Amino acid sequence: MGLYFPLQDTEQDTLNIQHPNDLRIHSLETFGTHDGPGVRMVIFVQGCQFRCLYCQNVDTLDVNGGTMVSIDELVTRAINQKDYFGHKGGVTVSGGEPLLQRSKLITFFKKLHENGINTCLDSNGRLLDNDVKELLHHTDLILLDVKHIDDDWHHKLCGVSNKPTLKVAEYCESVNQKMWLRYVLVPGWNDQPEFVERWARQFTGYKNVDRVEILPYHQLGMHKWRMMGLPYQLTDVTTPSSEIKERVLHTFQKYFADVRLK
Amino acid sequence: MNTDLSLRAFKKGAWNKNIDPADFVKNNITPYEGGASFLQGPSKKTLSVWGAAKVALNEERINNGCRSINTEVISNITAFGPGYIKKDDEVIVGLQTELPLMRAMKPFGGIKLVQAAVEERGLTVSERVVDIFNYARNHNQAVFDAYDSEIRAYRSNHVLTGLPDNYARGRIIGDFRRMALYGANVLIEAKKFDYANVSGELTEHKVRLREELSSQINALKDMIVMAKGYGIDITGPAETAQEAIQWTYIAYLAAIKEQDGAAMSLGNVSSFFDIYIERDLEAGIITEEEAQEMVDQFVMKLRLVRHLRPGTYDEIFGGDPTWVTESIGGQFHDGRTKVTKTSFRFLQTLYNLGPAPEPNLTVLWSNDLPEEFKSFCAQVSIDTSSLQYENDDVMRCVRGSDDYGIACCVSYQPIGKRIQHFGARANIPKALLLSLNEGREEEKGTQIINGIPAVPEGVLSYDLVLQQFKYALSELARVYAKSMFVIHYMHDKYYYERAQMAVIDTDPGIDIAYGAAGISIIADSLSAIKYARVTPVRNSKGLTTDFNIEGDFPKYGNDDDRVDNIAKEITSFFIGELRKHQTYKNATPTLSLLTITSNVMYGKNTGATPDGRKAGESFAPGANPMHGRDCTGAIASLNSVSKLSYEDAQDGISNTFSMIPKSLGSTKEEQVENLVATLNGYFGHGAHHLNVNVLKRETLMDAYNHPEQYPQLTIRVSGYAVNFVRLSKAHQLEVIARTFHESM
Repeated sequence: MGLYFPLQDTEQDTLNIQHPNDLRIHSLETFGTHDGPGVRMVIFVQGCQFRCLYCQNVDTLDVNGGTMVSIDELVTRAINQKDYFGHKGGVTVSGGEPLLQRSKLITFFKKLHENGINTCLDSNGRLLDNDVKELLHHTDLILLDVKHIDDDWHHKLCGVSNKPTLKVAEYCESVNQKMWLRYVLVPGWNDQPEFVERWARQFTGYKNVDRVEILPYHQLGMHKWRMMGLPYQLTDVTTPSSEIKERVLHTFQKYFADVRLK
Repeated sequence: MNTDLSLRAFKKGAWNKNIDPADFVKNNITPYEGGASFLQGPSKKTLSVWGAAKVALNEERINNGCRSINTEVISNITAFGPGYIKKDDEVIVGLQTELPLMRAMKPFGGIKLVQAAVEERGLTVSERVVDIFNYARNHNQAVFDAYDSEIRAYRSNHVLTGLPDNYARGRIIGDFRRMALYGANVLIEAKKFDYANVSGELTEHKVRLREELSSQINALKDMIVMAKGYGIDITGPAETAQEAIQWTYIAYLAAIKEQDGAAMSLGNVSSFFDIYIERDLEAGIITEEEAQEMVDQFVMKLRLVRHLRPGTYDEIFGGDPTWVTESIGGQFHDGRTKVTKTSFRFLQTLYNLGPAPEPNLTVLWSNDLPEEFKSFCAQVSIDTSSLQYENDDVMRCVRGSDDYGIACCVSYQPIGKRIQHFGARANIPKALLLSLNEGREEEKGTQIINGIPAVPEGVLSYDLVLQQFKYALSELARVYAKSMFVIHYMHDKYYYERAQMAVIDTDPGIDIAYGAAGISIIADSLSAIKYARVTPVRNSKGLTTDFNIEGDFPKYGNDDDRVDNIAKEITSFFIGELRKHQTYKNATPTLSLLTITSNVMYGKNTGATPDGRKAGESFAPGANPMHGRDCTGAIASLNSVSKLSYEDAQDGISNTFSMIPKSLGSTKEEQVENLVATLNGYFGHGAHHLNVNVLKRETLMDAYNHPEQYPQLTIRVSGYAVNFVRLSKAHQLEVIARTFHESM
């Protein structure tokens, strides 16, 4: 269910290795204010193995899609934008799943740091290997999406296990990698009180977590599914009521100092 | 004058020897680095007067945008008795006529236009006034007597448009502070001194100058009379803050009673007022609430400025703007800030009286402005969409003065030292089409430019098109310069701005402000020809009706040098051509990339262009990228505009930036921070101007459908602000269609 095309395991390996000087990207947003602190250039990379039923960028999934853009061009663009970043902003790589192009991102983030530009990864924590660890070393902030704390539900909701994601979280904690946790709140799928509580307890002791963001589910991405001829399964799911949002907010606030309801 | 007050003396300087308010400000200003917490809400009196004004404003709106017209009197400085809104509660007084929002006739710009405006409202101009113009001449008539056939052809074929040849040119900012600082008598003496010094062997220039000086002196004498009608004696300098504001306003009021130029701007009075306010507060003779009350009431008067305009005027200047532009902030050459508490008090009027398009509040943005002030400006923008921003660091350095205001929308003008002659604008996409059609106008086929060969059939060659386009631009520049010479010669002769000029240095330097519309269409069109394959589609007369474009091409607004540099190159070329020609009074040519609201009208009158724009489609406003073509987000769009060089367009490069609140950040605090960062970045790149709108598209749609519910909804358009509901429906739709940056 929900797996409308294969996970492209082989292709994703190629994605990381081939064309070391180019990133495969979906699009660019030069005025991002919702993916990390301050004003940010957000690069939406192409390719993701999660198959989240609510995915709002379903056109970024195919690892063979998008366009190749040279890392140098992206660095130049970021430098041209540096004046707008202020004290907090910088570059965020979102997607798609950035970790699928981890080796290239090491090059990219190193160059950004050489130019004094803040780096941020918006990831679902698909994998953890030595390259990911090195990439995190050059990452100022990771926004980690933990979509469900229960592995069965995670499978149902995203088509894959949450184990790698939790490993990435643990690793970040162990090296004190600054992290914001994100939770896309989908009524009927991950708003169950016991799971919300368990999710919060899982991370409450993490000293590296600066902020938790609750992102209420919306259907703004639905038209993209239609455009791609894919069946959208959450047609009947509405955006969470303020009651649900408040409840999850209060639960999280018991465990974290800074919780934002977006 | 209050002589019994024990006010401390001002610090002396050059201003005591010469007429020099800038020196007074430099010596006496109290720069303010703090926050907005000291600000006060509206006083009882303010609410009372504003309540009465709002009733009048509502009547005006219901009555199709015009409350009443006086059809008997030719307005001048002393015309009409004193007018009040609610006399007992007014702390600053003076109206253009005896009644709020009553419009007056100023026919020396053009009697025909006045007649048209009056008749559109079902009224008639009094026989006496009509008869006077059977004998007296006016600007409009004189200009057309002197125009040649070339100018007429360019004009009637919409290549040169919106020229101030049938309305007053405006844009000359008087140094109205002079009235407060010196009083009328000293100003009269100074002008008499200048008059006496125009001596020796006579030249045309000297004779004209003597006549001008005489009329300035008479204007000052008339101001004394007008003030006396309100029981105010302005012969000596103002002592208190209330007097300083009132004296300054009297001088400004004189200007707007006699002149109805498109833009009648105010200058930079706020920090000048602050000096008097600080002194009064220190002496304990006013409270903060009273200080705010004076500012609120002064600003209220500026909101009620009205001129008589015919319907056709709305095409080029939509929404009945008056451009009472007041410039706030900026830095001195010596590194101190010009921000004072009164800078904040002026912005606070947008809360105390609600949002409004006028006065056209313009923040002179410097990287070095106090952080608290930057944040307050951003907050006001987010809450009211009523502010525009201009790059103080660039203007101060490139142009040289640190005591300047903004004329009209975006134009630098050193206060009291230099003036500008307004030049409306040329439609440069039209010039591109002329170059592709053997010099013929693309719709009717009228021959406008000679000597342009037919372009070979098939795919357009970039090099050839560029060469022919540049030739068309050089011809356009030649004819444009001639038209301006005629217009300003005649304006001086028949509708001289004696009130403003009376408070400006004698014989000041002049900029002749040319303009160009459609730079984004030019950039994209030439980019399409260069990087894609563009083939003209022609009708039976051989005129272009459309263009087939094969392949993709870089589009202006995406921070792509390949196309952005084309915009830069053409701007630079055009001003270069304009600089080659003679100007009236040896004015220095400058250029603006600005459209006001005429981008809709330009679009209507321009055939399809090689960028894929269809015939009749609106231009982008100012130097904005075309709608929907900037597809990599706001900063890429801002960066493209910032590459246009201010050196090439010293009259201003206008950009209008619309954001939905949420895309600026999730919380108010984040939105403020992000807007400040954006402004720092944009201006740090040397960009010149930015209108900031923070609005939801749905709000505009709702206001389009239910105008009565949005009487004060204000939005920034090209270089000014308007009440959205006072724009024509066509303009409203154009604004709604415009690119809103709404990434989420």
